[in-house]
Parts: sequence; C-alpha cells; structure tokens
Amino acid sequence: MTRPVRKVRLWAWLLGVAALVALMSLLLALPLVLDREQALQESASAAATPQTIERGRVLALAGNCVACHTARGGVPYAGGRAITTPFGTVYAGNLTPDVATGLGRWTAAHFWRALHHGQGFDGRRLVPAFPYTEFTRITRADSDALFAYLRTLPATMQANRRQELRWPYGTQQALASWRLLFFRAGEFQPDAAQTAAWNRGAYLVNGPGHCVACHGGRNALGATADAGFDGGLIPTRNWYAPAFTRAGEASVAAWTVDDIVSLLKTGAVQQAAADFRVIGPMAEVVMRSTQHLPDADLRAMAVYLKSLPQQPDPAPETLREPGLVAQRVQQGQSLYADHCAGCHGTAGEGGQLPDGRWAAPPLAGNRRVTQEPAANLVRAIALGGFGAATQAQPRPFGMPPFAHVLNEEQMAAVATFLRRSWGARASPVDRQDVARWRGGSDE
Amino acid sequence: MTRWQLVLWTLVWALVCMAWAGAAQAEPARLEDSLTQRLAACTTCHGKEGRAAPDGYHPRIAGKPAGYLYNQLRNFQDGRRRYGAMVSLVDSLPDAYLHEIAEHFAALDLPYAAPPAARLDAATLARGRRLALQGDTARQLPACAACHGAALTGQQPATPGLLGLPRDYLIGQLGAWVNGQRRALAPDCMATVAQRLSGDDVTAVAAWLASQPVPSPARAAPAAQSPPPMVCGSVPPRVPR
Repeated sequence: MTRPVRKVRLWAWLLGVAALVALMSLLLALPLVLDREQALQESASAAATPQTIERGRVLALAGNCVACHTARGGVPYAGGRAITTPFGTVYAGNLTPDVATGLGRWTAAHFWRALHHGQGFDGRRLVPAFPYTEFTRITRADSDALFAYLRTLPATMQANRRQELRWPYGTQQALASWRLLFFRAGEFQPDAAQTAAWNRGAYLVNGPGHCVACHGGRNALGATADAGFDGGLIPTRNWYAPAFTRAGEASVAAWTVDDIVSLLKTGAVQQAAADFRVIGPMAEVVMRSTQHLPDADLRAMAVYLKSLPQQPDPAPETLREPGLVAQRVQQGQSLYADHCAGCHGTAGEGGQLPDGRWAAPPLAGNRRVTQEPAANLVRAIALGGFGAATQAQPRPFGMPPFAHVLNEEQMAAVATFLRRSWGARASPVDRQDVARWRGGSDE
Repeated sequence: MTRWQLVLWTLVWALVCMAWAGAAQAEPARLEDSLTQRLAACTTCHGKEGRAAPDGYHPRIAGKPAGYLYNQLRNFQDGRRRYGAMVSLVDSLPDAYLHEIAEHFAALDLPYAAPPAARLDAATLARGRRLALQGDTARQLPACAACHGAALTGQQPATPGLLGLPRDYLIGQLGAWVNGQRRALAPDCMATVAQRLSGDDVTAVAAWLASQPVPSPARAAPAAQSPPPMVCGSVPPRVPR
C-alpha cells in the first residue's frame, strides 16, 4: 500500500526541483535576452574636418576623459589608470588609435555604441564606471567629433588591463541585470521653453560633463541618482561632492553667472568679503577640464546650474552629549589658536595678501566647513593641499597636512570647534568620524 | 587741564584703544605674497624652511640639488614613489611650479643641529662607514660617496646629500627600493645598489649616515667630470614635459 505513495512523492519532488531549476535559469537568462546587443549604426555625419576634430577636442576636455584614461606617469589617453570602486578595481581602456590595443579597429559606429549603449567593440556590456549612463545623452554628431579627435592622437601600444571586480559584479549576467534596473539609452532632448544657453548648459552638465557621477551620490549598487545633484560621498576616495540643491552646500542659485564662471575657470572666486576655492577632486576637475572650456560653454553651464530646483537645508540636530561637545570645542579652540589662526585669522576671518587677495580662505561662515558630512573638512585638516592650479593662478598657496601633527581626537576637536563657532551650529565631529574620512584612495 | 578733564581724556583714549583692538581682532590675518608663504604646506613635515631634523621620519629638503627635488616631485606625481601625503599634495601642481618649488628649497643653505648619537656597536658603525666611503668591489657595491659627493652632501645636478636624514627614513627608502615601492627613472641605479645590500648592510650604513654631522655649508659638490660608477636615469634631470 505504501510503495506507490512513496513513488508519487519522489516524482513530485523531482518535478518540483526541475521546475525550480527551469525557473531560475529563465530568470537568470532573462536579463541577457532583454538587454540585447545593439546593432552598429552607420553615421550620417560627414567626414572629419579640422572643425569637427577641434569640437571633439573640446568635448573630450568637457568630459575630462584624460583623467581616467591616463595611468600615473603614462601616455595621455593610453588608459591603464586604476579606478577603485566598492565592487573592485577597474582599469580604463586605451583610447589611442593603436590597432592591437587601442581603438584602431573601431569605427564611429562602435564608438557611438559604446557611448550611447555602453557596449564594447565586441558588443559586450561595459562596466558602468565608464559613465555611459550620462554619455548616452551625447548627440551622434558630438560622438563622431569625439571619435574624430581621438583618431588624431598618436597611436600608443599599451594593452588594457583586466578588470578586477569581485564576483559577480563584472559578469555579463550581473551587468545585464544592472542595466535593466538603472540604464536607459537616450539622447539629450532640449527643452523648448528654455533659452539656448540653458539647453547648452544642461547638455554639458548632464552629458559629457557627467557631473552627477559625483554630485548625485550613488545607491548601494553604484548607480547614480537621476540628475538629482543632491550630493554624495565619492566611493573609496572619501571626498564629499556637495549638493547643488542646498544653500548650505554647493548651490549656486544665489551666485552671479560671472562668479560661477570664475570658479570653473580659475578654481577660485575672490570677492571683497569672501573667498571660495575648490579643493580635492574638484580642483583636479577645474585643472584638467573646466578651465580649458570656452567661456560661452562655462556661462551656459552656470545658467543651467543656477536654475536647479532648491531644497531647504536640514535643521540643526539637537546635541546628544552637549557637555562632551562643549569640551571638544574648548580643546579645538586652543588648538586652532596654536596651529590655524596664523593663516586663517584669530576669528576665522581668513588670510589676505597686502593687495587684498586671499591666500587662506575665511572659515567663519564658510559652508564647506559646516556642510554634512564633515568629510571634506576632516580631509582638509588631515591632508592639507594646494588650491587648483590653473592658468589664472599657476602658483597656488598650500595648506600643510596636520595628520602628522595632530592625533585623530585633536583633529576632531579642531573640526568641531570650526563647525560650532562664529554663529555656526553644525554637527560635532568625533574621533571615529576622523578615522573614517581621513583615509581614502588617491585614484 | 583740570584733573577731571585729564580723567575724561584718559577714559576716551582708553575707549578708542579698545575699539581699535576690537576692530583689529575682526580683521583677516596679514600674509605675505612670498614663496615661503605659498609653500607653508611643506613645513609641518619637512620643518620650517625645509630643515627637518634627523630625529623623526621626514627628510630634510633644504639645500638638496634642485634636480633631485624636482625629480622626486615628479616621481610622486607619476607613481614611482608612493607616499600618500606627498601624492595628494603635489598631484595637481603644474610642472613650472614644481621647478620653482625645487629651486626654492635647493637655494636654502642652513646650519644643522648635531645629529643624535648612534645606538649601535662600533663594529656595525665601522661597516657602515666602509660601505659609505669605500663600497665593496667584491659585491659590485660602489661607495655612496662615489655618486653622492665626497662629503656626502650631494652632487649637482640631481644626486641628493645623505647627511642630516633620519635613520628610519634611510632604512625606509632602501627597503622601498628593494620591494619596488620607490623607483627612479630607468635605469634605476639606486634600485640595483639597494638590491645588492643585505639587511645588516642597510642597518649599518643607515646608522652611520644618520650619526654624521652636516657640514656647514652643506652645498652639493659640482657635477662630476668623470663618468659615474653606474648609469642613472635620473641624472641629468630629463627635459620637462
């Protein structure tokens, strides 16, 4: 009596397993089927003229392609730079026209497919550290111009390095799923209700400039927020790219167009009572990219950035341990007097040259001191640094690193003092914050 | 003037003084437009005027040949030297500025304090002295003095002086050359030398060098007239990019 029942049970079990395996395979295969290889589209644009090549050169500057596609001490655009991500290290490819290792065998159609669809020469899905999520907005004509410019570079033989992503992030399977979730190909669509300058700015910021790659923050799977510009900590580098949408961070809604252009062109804005200069990764961007752009393009970017929707700054938090914070402020005050006041002024007024130009930025009322998180303040104290070196200021003033002079608790005290003095009521910084933010990759 | 008038004027004067002091406090710091001020970034580690003492880890940079200092700034930019604090500082500085920085510190000629006493036995120090001044022909080890100047104060245009440096720094550099963390332009003669040294050699030569006083003046010797014992990619400095 029992035997047939057992047999049925066994069959049901086997069938169940088989169905599960089939379902799993289907689910795993589905992204690969849905995220198809895109056909190569020939271009309608004419052959490369000197004007096209020049336009491509400027677009390459706007995209700062050279920053990632050049190894330390390497040939420009020959690739090999390590880009560290939370998922492993990727190495940028060789963009020179070398046949064996670069783009020598590529056509303008391959290049367009890479920018617009994020697929490589052989149609394989590219790792989104290459920001095709933003480059997809680049127009076909601009893509062709960029390609024409890259063809003019000296061919350099330098084999691409294999990506070192942890399993499964680098697999075609994972990339297909990621793309289905976070990537939609689509050219930039101008807004007819806006001016030509605004549209040009929106295109440069959201397309080639890929500003959102840092200023938009990323989710747990490394995808950029959709043109949110709400700020984000740059993964592995630990610099915070401040929000364009908050007055307390990097909003330029209240700035003049001229001041925004000055910041992007020279790395600093010098007004009578204030000083603002870029530091960290943005100093690199100004140095390698924006300072070289035509003024009209910078003005366009300024017009667009000024128009971004704004959010209120978060209300100051109530302190959990006010006594402890007061102690830290006091400790920070005496450290500030010993180490910082000489250049930044006894009450954070900054340091001026005899002719009135600023050599050390004021810290009182400086939003980079008070923004959340305090990562950049901590990094500035620990690492010091020079302002952006540009044609306008080729010999920037430098601040010393204090990581060798102050311990983490002392750096936290100085940061807390700065964030809670001269009218500021930003959150305190503790030793753990300093430990978390002072380190980070140079790449 | 009556007594009351005197008191009144004194009070007024005191008020004016207080107001002036208050106003002065709210003023920005006055900084000079000089290279010294621009390069304040270098001084917390390399000492005021680039004169780091041999009791810590950071090397003195004052008075080293400009060619050497410039090569090091480029080595940090180009990944041949990997000291995070230096890399993040010099990463985005243009070449002309690097030359200016190198010339600035090279031009300084400062007296140095006496070095700390060596804590090693006489035999080890004698071995260090022999390596530094005579080398070891059997192991194809040229003397330090053969390239770094007879007085070990460096040689123009791009070979650094070896005196006035912390022992830990010297050991750190020789170790970094052995494991590839520090490199110079090829052919990297110092890497070849470092790889021929044993651990005991490194201890001995670093201890002896760190125990020697820096002569005053400590100028680098003029460029060698005869060919050096080894070919070095970093001498003379290459053409700026």
